[in-house]
Amino acid sequence: MSRWRTVLFFAALLIVWALVARQRIWDPTLVPSPAQVGATLLDHIKDRSLLDAMAVSLRRVILGYAISLGIGVPLGILLARVKLLSETVGALVSGIQSLPSICWLPLALLWFGLNDKAILFVVVIGSFVSITVQIQDGVRNLPPTYVRAARTMGTGALALYTQVLLPASLPSILSGAKLGWAYAWRALMAGELLFVSMGLGHMLMMGRELSDMSQVLSVMIVIVALGIFTDAVVFGALEKAVRDRWGLNTA
Amino acid sequence: MLVGPSGCGKSTLLNILAGLDRPDEGQVLLDGKRVTQPGPDRSLVFQDGALFPWLDTLKNVEFGLKQARLPARKRSEKARHYLSLVGLERFEKSYVHELSGGMRQRVALARSLALEPEVLLMDEPFSALDALTREDLYSELQDLREGLSKTTVIFVTHNVREAVTLGDRVILMAPRPGRVQAEFKIEILRPRQIDDVDVARTAHQISLEMKTSHSYLREVALT
Repeated sequence: MSRWRTVLFFAALLIVWALVARQRIWDPTLVPSPAQVGATLLDHIKDRSLLDAMAVSLRRVILGYAISLGIGVPLGILLARVKLLSETVGALVSGIQSLPSICWLPLALLWFGLNDKAILFVVVIGSFVSITVQIQDGVRNLPPTYVRAARTMGTGALALYTQVLLPASLPSILSGAKLGWAYAWRALMAGELLFVSMGLGHMLMMGRELSDMSQVLSVMIVIVALGIFTDAVVFGALEKAVRDRWGLNTA
Repeated sequence: MLVGPSGCGKSTLLNILAGLDRPDEGQVLLDGKRVTQPGPDRSLVFQDGALFPWLDTLKNVEFGLKQARLPARKRSEKARHYLSLVGLERFEKSYVHELSGGMRQRVALARSLALEPEVLLMDEPFSALDALTREDLYSELQDLREGLSKTTVIFVTHNVREAVTLGDRVILMAPRPGRVQAEFKIEILRPRQIDDVDVARTAHQISLEMKTSHSYLREVALT
């Protein structure tokens, strides 16, 4: 089983880390042992500070991500279908795409001030663009016969979007959504690092200010774990459902 | 039956009839009314079926009926009826990828028939299938003829034998420029098989006619 190899590899990594930490080559405040990090992690779970930070961050990312999906999915489909839009708004979107989302933070801070709205803005900007571009590509590559077949069956303009283009592009919507989630999460962490924001990113920065490497590492581990969880559980399940229906698994 | 070598415009003609493409000049009239856009009165069966992979078989057949705003129960009743006509009533819950090529074309046919079109347009619907499946579908299509007495079927193929097996009239088209070259009335007794002697003989005649136009073109090109 390949899964065992993965587990074994990480176990070995942990052991190497423990051994290196024990050698005390570097100051233990800079290179804490896995046990120390684990203890800190447990402490933060017990005093609820970690869970609170997680809740704050997750609420932000979910809200921002929902807005991004709400903008990105329809915009992506429209850009693929309406030539005028793709020549105007489409060009703007691909321009925005080349700007790392955190570069929007100064602008957002001036516009909204030091608050949640600024972070939300950065999250939305960071993820809706990638969702839009991904979906636009997907819809462009749909077999043209879907639309032609739908039209010969008397499909109206609105139904063409809701009953044909939207379900037909579900696989690309899903990959766009997955990419968008990753971007939203990155943008959020970057934003939270930069000012007092109460989220996981802020907790990470607190660790730095307290010179508490165990805290820094334990928060980093939590961020990784959350990423793996959403990837494997949420998107994994959705992807499997779509693959099964489309028959992509047999290939 | 529209037959002809590739590039003679038979598929283009079919798309214009369907209203998917616009003619450069001239117009298409259906019962005196001008065709300007696609509509369920001229249903098209595509070469690859063009079924929707996100819907099961029944929902695929229902799709056009849904667009016509037929109530849900009537929709599924009708869809089931046409699925059973093509012998697939047991596969209504299957998704497209679970069906064989022949089954997909049957579903596509049922989907078009369910709209009860005045004109059924078929664009090389069997060309991607293996020979055995194709022959099954020839006899099925001929069996369906009685139920379709009010429907005009316009069938595009580059396979002359297929045209003779299925058609009442075969219209031979020629390329560069695309045009109608000849028309043949097929009066061979039904049901016909693709390897019937009469079918073969008639198909041979039509093929000869097709080749003369080709060699004529070649001579023109040489001089």
